[in-house]
Amino acid sequence: MTRKALPIVLAIALFVVSTSMAQAAGKIALVISTLNNPFFVALSDGAKAKAKELGYDLIVLDSENDPARELSNVEDVLDQNVKALLLNPVDSDAARAAVRAATVQHVPVLTLDRTAKGAKVASHIASDNVAGGKMAGSLIVQQLNGKGNVVELEGQPGTDAARDRGQGFRQAIAASPGIKLVASQPANFDRTQGLNVMENLLQAHPNIDAVFAANDEMALGAIKAIQASKRKIVVVGFDGTPDGIAAVKDGTMFATIAQQPALIGSLGVETADKVIKGQSVPSSIPVPLTAIDRKSLGPS
Amino acid sequence: MPLLLRILSQNKSLIGLVILIAAVSFASPDFLAVGNLLNVLRQTSINAVIAMGGTFVILTAGIDLSVGSVLALTGAFAASLIAGGHGLAIAIPVALLAGIVLGALSGLVITYGAVQPFIATLVSMTVLRGAVLVYSNGTPIDASGGPASDAFGNIGEGYVLGVPIPVVIAAIVFVGCWIALGQTRFGRHVYAIGGNENVARLSGINVTLVKVSVYAVSGFLSALAGIILTARLESAQPTAGAGYELDAIAAVVVGGTSLAGGIGSMSGTLIGALIIGVLNNALNLLDVSSYYQMIAKGCVILLAVLADRQGRTS
Repeated sequence: MTRKALPIVLAIALFVVSTSMAQAAGKIALVISTLNNPFFVALSDGAKAKAKELGYDLIVLDSENDPARELSNVEDVLDQNVKALLLNPVDSDAARAAVRAATVQHVPVLTLDRTAKGAKVASHIASDNVAGGKMAGSLIVQQLNGKGNVVELEGQPGTDAARDRGQGFRQAIAASPGIKLVASQPANFDRTQGLNVMENLLQAHPNIDAVFAANDEMALGAIKAIQASKRKIVVVGFDGTPDGIAAVKDGTMFATIAQQPALIGSLGVETADKVIKGQSVPSSIPVPLTAIDRKSLGPS
Repeated sequence: MPLLLRILSQNKSLIGLVILIAAVSFASPDFLAVGNLLNVLRQTSINAVIAMGGTFVILTAGIDLSVGSVLALTGAFAASLIAGGHGLAIAIPVALLAGIVLGALSGLVITYGAVQPFIATLVSMTVLRGAVLVYSNGTPIDASGGPASDAFGNIGEGYVLGVPIPVVIAAIVFVGCWIALGQTRFGRHVYAIGGNENVARLSGINVTLVKVSVYAVSGFLSALAGIILTARLESAQPTAGAGYELDAIAAVVVGGTSLAGGIGSMSGTLIGALIIGVLNNALNLLDVSSYYQMIAKGCVILLAVLADRQGRTS
């Protein structure tokens, strides 16, 4: 009897010790929409580094782009006595329940990169996607000298990022009467779809001077289609992923609007720390973007 | 003329395809351009190859949900081998062999493990997707920069006698699958198992061997599609192939194959894949707003399936 009981007792003791040790350091949870995307991987890494620096134990859970999964992840971390919740919603409209679950237990919530519509959070830390879209639009207007046909590759319909970047972009080109938006099609932030959609648009529109893609993956797909067509088209992407920056370096992409995902994650943890300590924080913290073009990369 | 009528009555979906092409050509003058038609064929080739593998599986009253994940993992293998300096002679067989093994594993779980195909392939879909993430560390694997990269990329972007290579590959696969299904004993066994598995077993057919084989074929063709896709992008995405199982199954069903097994044809699947490919192309050419695209796609697929059911009273 005791031989069977011993490993069980040891396991329980280990569990108790480890959880109490973890509690001593202070736990923060990061529930992230997906780790299947280098942007969010960088966000998570930035958060982890800052948490280590400040002495917090950071729990990271992956919602795999499923709002239902996200809700159960949040419920799971709330069971673990976290001091703050950093939430990166899969879908801004479907995150309310998750935020409410945390608020009911008096755990402060901070949203990262995407908002939680209709929910009150301690702070929202994100790139200003509208400003980023505007930046891209202005770059194109400048590069085309105010005259030309432009095509937009939209992100996944229904996401904040797709909406805001598209909105900013269209605002920027609307200001320029010589620029005509001849087509705007969704490619769902996916490289293959960017390729296929661009191929089809090249068929439908014999004169395209520039393309704005709401993320680098779609831009890279579009570039493949453009290269095959041997037409000269200016491509601007968004995100500043390693592949995107490489494309800017070798001249196939004109520019990409880089978010700073590691900074978003890091600021998230920093702000959570302030909230936990009872300090006041701004309700919205816009994280600056940078336009990365050949010039800004410098001599390589 | 009677031959034409016979083909049409066997493939009601062909009527649907013809009507769709007519409608799109009318709405958009750019559709019938040679360049566009070649694009449609090239874009459809990946789904067509996967769907042809799926046809074998669905004919045995099974289903393979793991095709997208197999595509991604084998594509990742191919990309890393090419990037690592190996030639096509190593990268392609390794990827194809991996596809066969992964497919056969599902088949073994389904036959010896007596697990429902839906569950077994759902599990492999999930596990393999995780394997892709682990293998690629969540980031795309760049296949350019190796000595064989240009030759590899050519598979996706090159032409043979003016026809895109992916289309040539899909055509060869179609001929092979059509012969295997219609002209060999193996094909007859596939239909028999789908018709009534117990009767097939009692009449001496090695049901286990045939079933494992069809899943191995599905894995092989998913790997082939993975090679084409990775070659087209010269990069293996960790998210590659996500959702492809639905497009493949849609192609098979729209083409007239019954999910209950026993009824269907390879030509039907090809037509089903073309309907979906033409539709995706049309939505872009007509600049259909993103919010309406999914509704449009669903409606067309429903119409195609209903038209096919019309002629069948069962």
